[in-house]
Amino acid sequence: MQVASHNGKPFNFSPEALTEVQGLMVKYPEGRHKSALIRALHIAQEENGGWLSIAALDHVAETLRITPIEVYEVATFYTMFNLEPVGKYVLEFCHTGPCAIEGAERLLDYVRQKLGIETGQTTPDGMFTLKEVECLGACGYAPMMQVGIYYHEHLTEEKIDRFLEDCRAGNIDKGSWKMH
Amino acid sequence: MSRKLLLEHAHIDGINGYETYRKHGGYRAVEKALKSMAPADVLEEVKKSGLRGRGGAGFPTGMKWSFLAKPEGVPRYLLCNADESEPGTFKDRYLMEKIPHLLVEGMILSAYALGANTSYIYIRGEYSWIVFILEKAISEAYAKGWLGKNILGSGFDCDLYVNPGAGAYICGEETALIESLEGKRGNPRIKPPFPAVKGLWQCPTVVNNVETLAAVVPIVNEGGEAYARIGVGRSTGTKLISAGGNINKPGVYEVELGLSMEEFIFSDEWCGGIKNGKRLKACVPGGSSVPILPHYLVTKTAAGEDRLLSYESLADGGFESGSMLGSGGFIVYDEDQCVVRNTWNFTRFYHHESCGQCSPCREGTGWMEKVLERLENGKGKLSDMDLLVEVAKKIEGNTICPLGDAAAWPVASAIRHFREEFEWHVREPEACMQRNYGLVKEKAELA
Ligand SMILES: Cc1cc2nc3c(=O)[nH]c(=O)nc-3n(C[C@H](O)[C@H](O)[C@H](O)COP(=O)(O)O)c2cc1C
Ligand code: SF4
Ligand code: FES
Repeated sequence: MQVASHNGKPFNFSPEALTEVQGLMVKYPEGRHKSALIRALHIAQEENGGWLSIAALDHVAETLRITPIEVYEVATFYTMFNLEPVGKYVLEFCHTGPCAIEGAERLLDYVRQKLGIETGQTTPDGMFTLKEVECLGACGYAPMMQVGIYYHEHLTEEKIDRFLEDCRAGNIDKGSWKMH
Repeated sequence: MSRKLLLEHAHIDGINGYETYRKHGGYRAVEKALKSMAPADVLEEVKKSGLRGRGGAGFPTGMKWSFLAKPEGVPRYLLCNADESEPGTFKDRYLMEKIPHLLVEGMILSAYALGANTSYIYIRGEYSWIVFILEKAISEAYAKGWLGKNILGSGFDCDLYVNPGAGAYICGEETALIESLEGKRGNPRIKPPFPAVKGLWQCPTVVNNVETLAAVVPIVNEGGEAYARIGVGRSTGTKLISAGGNINKPGVYEVELGLSMEEFIFSDEWCGGIKNGKRLKACVPGGSSVPILPHYLVTKTAAGEDRLLSYESLADGGFESGSMLGSGGFIVYDEDQCVVRNTWNFTRFYHHESCGQCSPCREGTGWMEKVLERLENGKGKLSDMDLLVEVAKKIEGNTICPLGDAAAWPVASAIRHFREEFEWHVREPEACMQRNYGLVKEKAELA
């Protein structure tokens, strides 16, 4: 069970995100705009540095005109929502069966060693958080990880090395949940 | 060469855009249906086609549609299940990425047949970039008049939206999907009432898989009977198979149902055989939830007949010696893979994904995970196998949704077919750990 936390910072949607969320609410019949919640949370998470603080959750509740508890219930249920601060790049490695038999476990060991952190932790410089996740629908292109909105497939140690360097150099595009 | 109905044009450059899709016959089926067919005629063609749900259960689509309640003045909804989270399955993703308009077209046809004026595609949150691919296709379809009000002057209005999830396998279960679409936790509902009577916002609702809805396009274009001529027996048409594991050519293939397993695994046209010249050990043919088949039951049934990629042939022998076509998540294991470790991995998955509403599922999956973990780590007992079978039996059939069954079957079948390997983990833990992963560092822990 995840528990939400504070970091003392206020949160407000940017004007463009607010417009987008309001646009989502009208895709559902009158009075059913709560359905926009999950996507609104994705957008809030992105605008809040990759995680959802209580301030962010409360702001989403206010925007959607629903109670905070309705938002907490949902935010704690779905694994894509981070309820604690994360690094700039969140590396989400698939460790489910088909990836495991294609070497995901060995690769995870390699990444843990290379970054000096365990699964669930963030590097001291705040660059990387390592997460293990369940099958992401890329089993034929294993092993793989997701970073931001994109998949990185057919991973090898060399590819990981290059990827981490590119992140440090600021060359990795994480994509955006906001409409392109 | 096998016929392709869904992926025929998938390799064409630009087919994800409207112009190219249209040039290759796109939206012809919507034109045909809206100009010359009544909604009931579309339903009739789908019935004739024998199409069965491609999401896993294989329920006849025409029959499902005919159960939809139609009370006066109440809106009906069509939902596309694009949650695709069953380990081993990545076919819907391929279809949506490559040829998104096919899904849009299939949904317009299906919505027309059902009299649904608003439809949603519920897609797993991790497929975020596909959300934008679909939304682009949808906005093109609106701009060209295939979506919106009074399409082609037929009087039929159709709105279509994409709704992402946020990481929860259980949201693929249709009532959990509906809850999630309502902006709630993905807890499956107790049935009845079924979605056909009370679904989204308590209105009559049909939930279908991506591939099922896409298949309505060739069915309308060529007619239900022509579709039914492809395949074998009650397994009509083509099926997308996402093949992975230790094969030479992993990927998504469209096969005519009835193709032999031997040919699918070993021929160069398909999987291209086992990687690195190794031997086949086992196969999970329909996603992690279906029973595992040991090598001697993969290409032949227990009765010695050729095993085919079809609903009936894969299920031949029941749970004793068969499996299921399921979602078409096809996982191949070579001789080096450890069945105990794989079973533990899958059980951990189900434990993680259990929504926690029913105690047999919540506690049982956790218990099985623990026992399998200790077996895999050389700390198991010979009595553990019977214990696992017993726990699996207690879960099966005693839960709100079928996730419980899905967790129980892989364990029960692995022990049925690979009991010796499980026992070997107890008898010679060191040898089997070294063989499997060379984890010498953990040897000390065994003492
Ligand atoms: C735990 C669980 C997960 C499921 N996941 C999916 C899924 O990801 N995609 C899907 O189409 N069906 C999934 N199903 C099956 C759906 O409940 C439903 O039967 C299906 O969407 C119906 O569509 P079809 O008749 O076109 O196959 C799942 C079922 C269960 C019990
Ligand atoms: S069987 Fe498991 S996943 Fe399904 S409702 Fe019960 S606890 Fe939830
Ligand atoms: S098992 Fe890793 S993507 Fe499916």
